[in-house]
Amino acid sequence: MLELRQIVSQYGPVIALRGVDLTVRQGEITCLLGGNAAGKSTIMKTIIGLVRPTSGTVSFEGQTLNKLPTRAIVSRGIALVPEGRRIFGRMTVWENLALGAHVRRGRPQAEIDEDIERIYGLFPRLRERVTQVAGTMSGGEQQMLAMGRALMARPRLLLLDEPSMGLSPAFVDQVFDIIQAINRQGMTILLVEQNANVALSIAQRGYVLTTGRIVASGTSAELLAADEVRHAYLGEA
Amino acid sequence: MADILAILPQQLVFGLSLGAVYGLIALGYTMVYGVLSMINFAHGEVFMVGAYIGWAVLTVLIGHAFGGLNPLWVLPVLLIPAMLLCGGLGVVIERVAYRPLYARGASRLGPLISAVGASIVLQNAVMLSQGARMKVYMTNLVFPADWRFNVLGVSISVLSIVIIVISLLLMWGLVTLIQRTALGRSIRAVAEDREMASVMGIDVGRVVSMTFFLGSALGGAAGVLIGLYYTQIDFMMGYAAGLKAFTAAVLGGIGNIKGAMMGGLLLGVIESLASTFINPAFKDVVTFAVLILALIFKPEGLFGEPLADREKI
Amino acid sequence: MTERLTRYGPFLLALIALVAPLLAPNDYVIGVLARICLYALLALGLNIVVGFAGLLDLGFVAFFGIGSYVYAFLASPHFGLHLPFAAVMLVIIFTAAGSGVLIGAPTLRLRGDYLAIVTLGFGEITYICLVNLDRPVNITGGPNGLLSIDPPSFLGFVIDHNIEYYYLFLLTLGLVVLLSRRLRDSRIGWAWRAIREDEIAAEAMGVNTTMAKLQAFAVGASIAGFAGGLLASWQRSVFPDNFLLQESINILAMVILGGLGSVLGAILGAVAIVSLPEIFRDFALYRLLAFGLILILVMILRPQGLLAPRSGARRSAETK
Repeated sequence: MLELRQIVSQYGPVIALRGVDLTVRQGEITCLLGGNAAGKSTIMKTIIGLVRPTSGTVSFEGQTLNKLPTRAIVSRGIALVPEGRRIFGRMTVWENLALGAHVRRGRPQAEIDEDIERIYGLFPRLRERVTQVAGTMSGGEQQMLAMGRALMARPRLLLLDEPSMGLSPAFVDQVFDIIQAINRQGMTILLVEQNANVALSIAQRGYVLTTGRIVASGTSAELLAADEVRHAYLGEA
Repeated sequence: MADILAILPQQLVFGLSLGAVYGLIALGYTMVYGVLSMINFAHGEVFMVGAYIGWAVLTVLIGHAFGGLNPLWVLPVLLIPAMLLCGGLGVVIERVAYRPLYARGASRLGPLISAVGASIVLQNAVMLSQGARMKVYMTNLVFPADWRFNVLGVSISVLSIVIIVISLLLMWGLVTLIQRTALGRSIRAVAEDREMASVMGIDVGRVVSMTFFLGSALGGAAGVLIGLYYTQIDFMMGYAAGLKAFTAAVLGGIGNIKGAMMGGLLLGVIESLASTFINPAFKDVVTFAVLILALIFKPEGLFGEPLADREKI
Repeated sequence: MTERLTRYGPFLLALIALVAPLLAPNDYVIGVLARICLYALLALGLNIVVGFAGLLDLGFVAFFGIGSYVYAFLASPHFGLHLPFAAVMLVIIFTAAGSGVLIGAPTLRLRGDYLAIVTLGFGEITYICLVNLDRPVNITGGPNGLLSIDPPSFLGFVIDHNIEYYYLFLLTLGLVVLLSRRLRDSRIGWAWRAIREDEIAAEAMGVNTTMAKLQAFAVGASIAGFAGGLLASWQRSVFPDNFLLQESINILAMVILGGLGSVLGAILGAVAIVSLPEIFRDFALYRLLAFGLILILVMILRPQGLLAPRSGARRSAETK
């Protein structure tokens, strides 16, 4: 569904990605593992068009994305839940969800309202806080809002960048349950995580990234068995 | 002293109408700052162009004197073209002078100097095409000088009330648009987090253009109102007015829409009091002193951080 | 060829500057040459503030005015003071530097845009004060200005011809060029450059940004003040209209045209902007319009300026 071929990315003199190949298959959860500054978020930003690759191609359902502006990529069916959530903190929960549906403007309001109801079904907490200013909510609630906001675009591919970061263990479990539930409804997901154990437990397939290079890839079972993954990530976790 | 006290209420009304107009101009500074974090230096000149457009339309109307000039239809006929044309001018200024610079990711200095250039170009283009001499608004053909009424012994002109009301209406319209519409939501999203706004699928460039359009349209309206009020306009008027409106925006907390209006009203009153109690020649010195004091002691604006934060577009 | 030109260019320019008045057809042309030197001084002063440190000062002419009026106060019949030239110039340097610090200080904590507005206001306020401070006590002479100002004199030698003024201004210009180059390549020049590129990063690198900005303001202002003193001694009179906003724009256009941060560029900018209206008389009306366009176009197309042979950044890299 999504293919990255030989992606090289540079910030000035700093090389962030050194020829990354990655495939996300329809209907699966693919996870991307790696330590700090390995280049995971750069991959996410490259897919969504916030970072332009120096060379290489990104293609989604057969179409090349890497020359398109972000808004065009988003309207093709990819949504991002960014690292650090980045909800619109000065706006209400409802306004954040409405912004998530921006790519579908022109659709009947009833359809949008229905989707908002669906989001409330997934995250009942948000319903209680419709009119609350989003910046005043807890980190876990903000994470739910960020995911709900992305789902409002009705994407076919969801990019999740470190959804567990800064959340309490109880919340982490809840968030991962919801990720799995969304996936079972047919959503393809690319998940970036530092917490390899949890990520591999829900993903079908994974990649391990170190300083801008893919060093291991395979099914979750293969990765869990691989030495370098165990040493580098599972030992720590 | 007794004389001064006698004219004080009149001066206050005068200050409030002036301040309402400053507030309208300040909205343009504050909106652009909210979205782009830059001061649109040419905004004062957009206001000046608005005053000239209003003057041109009024002159045509007088030439054809359609059986009396009733303010009920004259005001919209003056305001709407000025607002549309100034809005368009604002969009052009942004496209030509600013966008190539911040699209390239130039340093902060570049857009600022380019903005100063845009402001000089507008001043001189108006001067060369319209002449350096001032133009006169024949205001008394629309609002006769004897249209005044008395409240508790204070004589107030209808025009000053009209100016306050129009300014407040325009501001109410803007706040409604920003708070209640999808466009307003997009503007607030870009102001808060440009990158995430584009991830939502928002066309950031278009939103920036719309912001310039709205701010410049209000500036154009302010130009017409000031023209009617002062009756004399010239190509340099945008400079002092821009400085004052910017002071108003700082007083209200730059980026804060309601604050800009409050800051404008406050500054108008301060200025009229300064003219009354101190030498009128130094009224601009007082404005400037207010700006310096505000920057030193309250750079976040008089209405404090929480409001500024919440109401920021 | 170009390398040789850039190496020997400054010397060639200095040589031309030295012999120029001897080749001038009449006294008027010498006067124009003297004015070029005076404006080159101003451009160099502003170049330190805007070019080196990246602080946009839109009221720079105020310091020029302050210098002029201080000279007039201390060396004219207005207050009956006739201090020696050198003493007056010394007072001017400190007064102008002081006012630079005074106007810079309140905005230093804030973003650069605020500084631009505050300096704009400061320029306007200075002008209003010059025009209106003739009542109730006559301080500035109001719109009529101050007259019968003393000429410069050194040990009994009184300067009173354009050609003598020219060499006095040229000498000052030479000293300020040396000062500019020294400052640029010194520690403080490095700090200014760091602030110009990225203030937050500069602070993180341990640059005392407040101090460095104040120094840029003080140095720039004292150069402008000094030029103002020279103007007063040359015109033998001062008027508020010598210090209009337009002058600030003229000086800024010189610096931008020459290339921000380029010493040679600032001088060439002054040559171009003072001499072009002299050559094209009809141009006068369109001059400011052209300057406005120059500011926009240079920023968009050639931020390194039109006249400077080398960019400021490359130059500084080479001098290391």
